Formats: sequence, C-alpha cells, structure tokens
Amino acid sequence: MKIFDIAGGVHPVYRKELASEQPIRALPLPPRLYIPLQQHVGALSVPIVAVGSHVGKGQVLCVRQGTLSATQHAPTSGTIVAIESITAPHASGLAQETIVIEADGRDAWAELPALIDDPLAADPQQIIDRVAGSGIVGLGGAIFPAAVKLGMGKQYKLDTLLLNGAECEPYLTCDDRVMREHADEVIDGARIMAHALGVKRILIGVESNKPQAIAALQRAAGADAGITVVPVPVRYPVGYAQHLTRIVTGRETPAEHRNAEVGVVTHNVATAHAVHHAVRYGRPLIARVVTVTGGAIRQPSNLEVPVGAPVSALVDACGGFSCEPRQLVLGGPMMGQPLPSLKVPIVKGSAGILALSADEVVEARERPCIRCGSCVSVCPCGLSPMDMAALIRKDKLDAAAKLFVGDCIGCGSCSWACPSHIPLVQYFNYANGVLAEQERQRRKNERVRTLAEAHALRVESLERAKKEARAAKLGEKTETPA
Amino acid sequence: MIVAIVSLMGIGLALGALLGAASKWLAVEENPIEAELQAMLPGSQCGQCGYVGCAQAAAALARGEAPVTLCPPGGRAVAEALAKKLGVKADLSAHEEKVPQYACIRPDLCFGCTRCMAECNVDAIIGATKQMHDVIADLCHGCGKCALVCPTQGIEMRPVPATVSSWHWPKPRRAASAH
Repeated sequence: MKIFDIAGGVHPVYRKELASEQPIRALPLPPRLYIPLQQHVGALSVPIVAVGSHVGKGQVLCVRQGTLSATQHAPTSGTIVAIESITAPHASGLAQETIVIEADGRDAWAELPALIDDPLAADPQQIIDRVAGSGIVGLGGAIFPAAVKLGMGKQYKLDTLLLNGAECEPYLTCDDRVMREHADEVIDGARIMAHALGVKRILIGVESNKPQAIAALQRAAGADAGITVVPVPVRYPVGYAQHLTRIVTGRETPAEHRNAEVGVVTHNVATAHAVHHAVRYGRPLIARVVTVTGGAIRQPSNLEVPVGAPVSALVDACGGFSCEPRQLVLGGPMMGQPLPSLKVPIVKGSAGILALSADEVVEARERPCIRCGSCVSVCPCGLSPMDMAALIRKDKLDAAAKLFVGDCIGCGSCSWACPSHIPLVQYFNYANGVLAEQERQRRKNERVRTLAEAHALRVESLERAKKEARAAKLGEKTETPA
Repeated sequence: MIVAIVSLMGIGLALGALLGAASKWLAVEENPIEAELQAMLPGSQCGQCGYVGCAQAAAALARGEAPVTLCPPGGRAVAEALAKKLGVKADLSAHEEKVPQYACIRPDLCFGCTRCMAECNVDAIIGATKQMHDVIADLCHGCGKCALVCPTQGIEMRPVPATVSSWHWPKPRRAASAH
C-alpha cells in the first residue's frame, strides 16, 4: 500500500523497550476510587447517585448533558462516600467535582443493558446509542466522545474508518499491548464501528516498530479484504489523527476542519477495544490500560486500571520508585502534562504515568534564538515556530494568530529540536489559551447584549401595556358619568 | 499634447476643488467611530463605567474622554479591542487584577422582595414575590446592580472560580540572563 509523506517530525529516543514486553496485568482493586465528573471534551456530566447509596459495577453514576458529553459509570461495586472537589489529574492542579466510591471488594456487576443481537446487522443508531451510553471517549488522549464521531456518517460522506495504532509518543506501550493481546477484540470493535459509520474500508495505521502488533492484527483480520493493516514510518508525531490520515490516504484535512470532511474518521485502537466490550457484552468503559514507566519506576508495567484509581496505587503495583523521580508526567513525554500529585485519579484519557529520573530530563537554560530554523523544518503543521514565539513574547497574539498559531497541535517537536532550549510549545499553548479565553469572553458579551436587548424590549412593552390599560380605565371613568 | 495635459489638469483641479468643498459642506457631525465602538461594548447598559449606557460610553470614548479600560464586564478582551480601534496603547496592568464576578444570593437573607430581579437587565435572577431568588450564574455578567438594591445586603459578588476547562498555560518566563 502506498504511504504518503508528512512534513517535519522528529525522532526522539523512544525508550519503549522499558515496558513493551510486559503483558497487561490487572491492578489490584484500590480501596477507594475517585471518578471526576469531567473526563471528556464537552459538557460536565450530572451525578444521579446520592452519597450513601450502594452501586454495582458498571452502574451509571452521572449522565451526559447533551450530545457532546460523556456518561460515567461505577468501576466497581461499593458505596458512594462523597461527591466533593479534589485535585484533578491536570496540569493546573485545580480541583474538580469527583465522586468517591468505597469498594466493597465483591466487584459485583450491576444489571447491564440488553445485548444487541447481531451488531453487524443492527441499526447504526442502536450502536451509536450504546457507545454513548457506555461513556466511551477517545482513548488516544483526545477524550472526544466516541459516539459523536460515530454519528458523523450522517453528516459527511465517509469511505474509511482509520484505526490509530501508531502510538508515536515515546515510552508509551499501552496501545501496543492492547493490539498484541486483544487483536481479535480490536478488529471486532473496528467492524462494529465501520458498520455504525456506514463505511466498508478499515485501515489500521501502526508504526512499523511494533511488528508483533502488526502481525497480531493481520492474523485477526484474516482474509477480510476490507481491513488493511498499514505499517507507517516511525516518526513523531505520525499518530496525530490528521497526520496519520495524510500518511495512509494522502488526503490532507484543511486547517480548522474535521477529518470527516475528507471522508475519514479516526479512532484509537483502544477505543475500538472498548466499543467491542460495550456492544458485545454491554460493559461500559470503566477501565483502561495504562503504561507506568520511566527510569525511576522499579518495574515498568502495563496495567489494566479501573477508572478512578489513584496514581499512587499504580506506582505501588510497579514496585515503587527505584530512585527519586525528577519529574512525574501524566501521558507521554512529548505531549504529557506535569502530574500535580500522586493522589490524583487515573481517568479515561490517561495513557501513561512517567516517573523520569534525572538523566532522562533535560534541564538546560534557555538561550537566545539563533534563527537556525530547526523548529521550522520539524514542524509537522508547516508553521514557523520561531516567528510565532517571538511575537507571543511581545504579547502580539493577534499577529501570531495571523501566522496560524491556532493550527499548532502542541506536539512539542519544535521545543524538542530547539538547540537554544526555548520553550516554544509552551508559548503556543499559552497563546491559544488566551485566544480561546478572549473568544469565550466575546461570546459571553454577545449573549449579554442579546439578553439585555430582549429585556429592554420586554420592559418597554410592559410599560406600554400598563399605559394603555390606564388610558382605557380613564376613558371608562370619563364615560360613566356621561 | 499640451492641450491634453492642460485640459486633464484642469478637470482634475476642478473635481478636486468640488470634492474638497463637498467634504466641508456635507460633513456628518456625528463621529462615525461611535457606532463601531458601541458595537464592541457588551451592550448590557449596566452603567458600571459611570455613563448612562453603552451608547454614552462609546461617545465618551470617541471624544477621548474615557479610558479604554472603562468597561469592567467587558474585561481585558474589550479593552484590547477598543485600544486597537482607537489606536491608543492601553495600560492593562491595573485592569488585569479585576477578575470577572458573579452575583450570589444568600438564602438566609433573601425574603423575596423581587427588587434585584427588577434591576437585572439580563434576566439572570429567577424567583417570585416572597419566594427565595437565585442567580443563573452562567448568565450573570457581574454588573453588581442587584447587590446595591438588596435591602438585606444578601447578595455578594464572588469571583468566577477558575476551572480545569477554563485554565490555560501561563506565559513562559524568560530566562533572567541570556548569556
């Protein structure tokens, strides 16, 4: 199959060998699980359970609000002990509303939804509803509600489902292990998703440094002509949805547009695995595979973790730290976020926990830009990081927006390549954050204006009505004596 | 050749004079930038700037009598937009400290007088006579007029809390020394 090329990209030290040969093992059930109401892109989910009530494994804890939202389920059976604000697994270290469950140790399933008889012949809407009801979000890190993407067949003319098994982030091996160990389930999930989307062609993009995963998927796909496993070149960030689409299909998604507009919908392989469980067994998304690795972890592992398990439980299950970790990261080393504490819970979007030792962290002082152009040549989006960063440094955000800072995917290739150690990607994250905030403010102002105008109209009409009523009354009074 | 040059020059001068005269006679008194400035303001007529409404504030801005930072609900975004339009450099250092606020009714102090409801010009307060009122925090734009009319001082203005979804990365701090 023809492979297309993308611009830029880097070859960081992969260090996947730390955990890649470790089979997935289940994390011993922690005594308490912490399930944040927001683990997805979109609106907050709303709790429907009360403190003190008992829940079964897989029971709905909070329901989604609107389409762009996700439902949360109980990862084990137990008692709801609190719904409170606790520190989120997020770089901000801010607190968010979280449901705390004390496990009863029985791990007993609640009543699950009825099975769909033959998913590959069922009404696509039935599958989409099941995926939505199972709280499945994109497990590759984007945490976008999967049901929304599966419903795109109605909106766009699609021809391909692209499963993303590239896993180009260094260190992480969870998708690799899922593909190796659960290839049949991934392929089945992919067939169900393709049916829901109404497409015939399934492509699975896997970086060519995972030969076992490629072989396992090919074996599982068998003689199915609709499924092609595509080994893609090893280069970060080929696993970004738009870039993978370009590599395997040659189609380029226009800036600020969706992949679906070029006929392709991308889903992570782990999402396909979750869809298989939701549709075939009615089991919601309550656990995921997390890679716990890094030079400071005694025994790097791939763990199957119930959503809401505290990070400290994962570290303990891996034998603890072998040395003082210099940096704790949630996610991969390129796009991950600093971990605010070991107490924060694992959420649906957490693919990895890294405990990096001192020799894995570059702590060089920032130097002036020498305009070498390294960042420009590695940028996979064709941007000019050095110019944008210079503008943002001078607070010229509008000028940076004109250089398309909004198209930055935050992959960090520029920061990685910069010989002067300028934190380029941080500048772009900052700029995009401020621009988004301004946009929110503008929308709010617009809404305030609409509301105020409507209010003024109403007050005016009320006053007019009052005046008319008074005039009518006066008229009556003057009429009566006559 | 000379005839052409002279005649064209003549036409040019005549038309130029006509245009110049027209711009004097037919000049519009109103400052056209006013409407544009008014469109940038929130339009909620909250009066926090000290003017009666957004139209008056826009007029003052156009005359250069008011600072671009006059609009508290508009926040930094509006101040920046105004500064850009007016071509002035805004001192936003003081402005940044004003965090957006929303009104919060204390249930133990509210006795349902409806005065705050009447004051709210975005209909963000719900309730009825002798029933406790509440603020729809999402709609509130923090003008604070309800807090002023509350007879029991039962409305407090609270800063809108930062959330995980509204948070963004801070600007990287530049290394102190470049060498």
